[in-house]
Amino acid sequence: MSDVLFLQWVKGPLFSIAVMIFVIGVVLRLAEILSLGRAKNLAVPKGNPSLGGWREIGRRFKVDQGTFQQNKITVIAGYVFHVGLFIVMFLLAAHIALIKHSLGVSWPNLPTPVVDMAAVLSMLALVVLLIDRLSQPVKRFLSRRNDYLVWVATFLPLLTGYMTYHHLWLSPQWLLGLHILSVEALLVLFPFSKLMHTFTLFLSRWYNGASMGLRGVKS
Amino acid sequence: MTQFNMPTVGEQLRENGISRRAFLKFCGLLASSMALAPSMIPKLAEALEKATRPSVIWLSFQECTGCAESITRAHSPSLEGLIFDTISLDYQHTLQAAAGEAAEQARDEAMQANYGKYVLIVDGSIPLGNAGYSTIAGVSNLDMLKQVAKGAAAIIALGTCAAYGGLPQANPNPTGAVAVADIIKDKPIINVPGCPPIPVVITGVIAHFLAFGLPALDHLGRPKAFYGQNIHDRCYRRPFYERGLFAETFDDEGAKQGWCLYKLGCKGPITYNACATTKWNDGTSFPIESGHGCIGCSEPGFWDFGGLYNPVSLPSSLSSQHVVFATGIGVAAGVAIAALNKQAKQQAKQTREPVNVDQLNREVQL
Repeated sequence: MSDVLFLQWVKGPLFSIAVMIFVIGVVLRLAEILSLGRAKNLAVPKGNPSLGGWREIGRRFKVDQGTFQQNKITVIAGYVFHVGLFIVMFLLAAHIALIKHSLGVSWPNLPTPVVDMAAVLSMLALVVLLIDRLSQPVKRFLSRRNDYLVWVATFLPLLTGYMTYHHLWLSPQWLLGLHILSVEALLVLFPFSKLMHTFTLFLSRWYNGASMGLRGVKS
Repeated sequence: MTQFNMPTVGEQLRENGISRRAFLKFCGLLASSMALAPSMIPKLAEALEKATRPSVIWLSFQECTGCAESITRAHSPSLEGLIFDTISLDYQHTLQAAAGEAAEQARDEAMQANYGKYVLIVDGSIPLGNAGYSTIAGVSNLDMLKQVAKGAAAIIALGTCAAYGGLPQANPNPTGAVAVADIIKDKPIINVPGCPPIPVVITGVIAHFLAFGLPALDHLGRPKAFYGQNIHDRCYRRPFYERGLFAETFDDEGAKQGWCLYKLGCKGPITYNACATTKWNDGTSFPIESGHGCIGCSEPGFWDFGGLYNPVSLPSSLSSQHVVFATGIGVAAGVAIAALNKQAKQQAKQTREPVNVDQLNREVQL
């Protein structure tokens, strides 16, 4: 297969299929969680559970001091990776053009070298986290195949994107094609792996915050 | 390219009144455009002077004559034009005076007289769908290509149609168009793609072939000297790309300021050609300089890259309707699964059996 045919294939039908699987999968899982719901609390709360939920979503972005003291690498590298990935995904002009095309919304982009640096930092953070995961006995014990698969699926789009921007080794068509293909793999894996935490994280934060927001029964 | 009973390029140039100084200047320009070291200029001059005028047969198949326009018009009159004069162009539909049977006779004679030594230039793609789609003097393009290629020393596939199929091959490819290299496998083929190729690139490739034989080619059969540079890497608007400054429409402030044309569909990042360095119209400018993005015309399949005005990063078939449709399916499936789960939960409640500590411990160990 020539690089051009490959690029046309991954940009065309394969991308549509991957996005469909991603959207159907994510919506299906969220719809399932939300429609199942939780047992209704018949007691009238003293506080405001809903407000507590929203507050908790925001509050947990702040680093917990106890966790930080115990596990500096996870917290620092974790933050660097997530912020870097957010910048790369949502603030690169090429990605914004794609979002505008698919969803009709757009926003300003960052200068390309800034995004490039974010990509490098994200990749470094991922490598640090992997070494940490492998070298700490407890983390290693807790890790399953799914965790490593998710690591690879997240790392590859960053690496191939970096290579595409810098025109490394292969032709730009091959590189762009491989980059898009790696993103498609990520999209397909997303709803069926721990990557779903991107969405479920906010549900569980809200739920925790809501139960703390009960503050007992109104008397 | 050996023994021809014809004057050498040097003799021909002197006959045309071209001074040695002008000739060396031309060789210098040619050497720099081919990225040759300055020490190669005298060697190029010597080799070109001694080169015999090869017979050239130019076949035009499914094409628009834009490639011929490019070579004849843009740099004329110039030394490149004269170098082109110094090949013996024995057959070319558009340029030759002869017509009809006389023209075909000229081709036959040139082939017989220089069998195994002539250079074949092809522009246009070859239809495989139906022989009648494109014929010359009643002969199908496929038959004529095979027949003429047999006696050629080398083939230059001029323009993207001959090199990779080009516009005729664009989806849905109604004529079954293919490139020269898809049919001819036993002859050296130099692809000189572009829609059309840059004139100096065409003459440069011919001059290189006369002086040194086949040039070094890339993985797509293109001379590396001219197709070794990425348009995006050589673009004078690249600093704007780096700074994240893009023209959003063709007449906004960004376009007036000369910002990057990526969002307007510029295919520079995936295109290899000499436009940004040699430029067009005697070195005046190139498309991006005129305010239009690169359309990637020197790359295979450029017509099917998902729209000339769509950024390179856009998917070619996904639309927001797909996303809405998928969301609908997801919600419906989610609600259905939730209903099933609820039912399962209620059944479990009815048939529930108490669990003791030992069982729980066993579950944890699993």
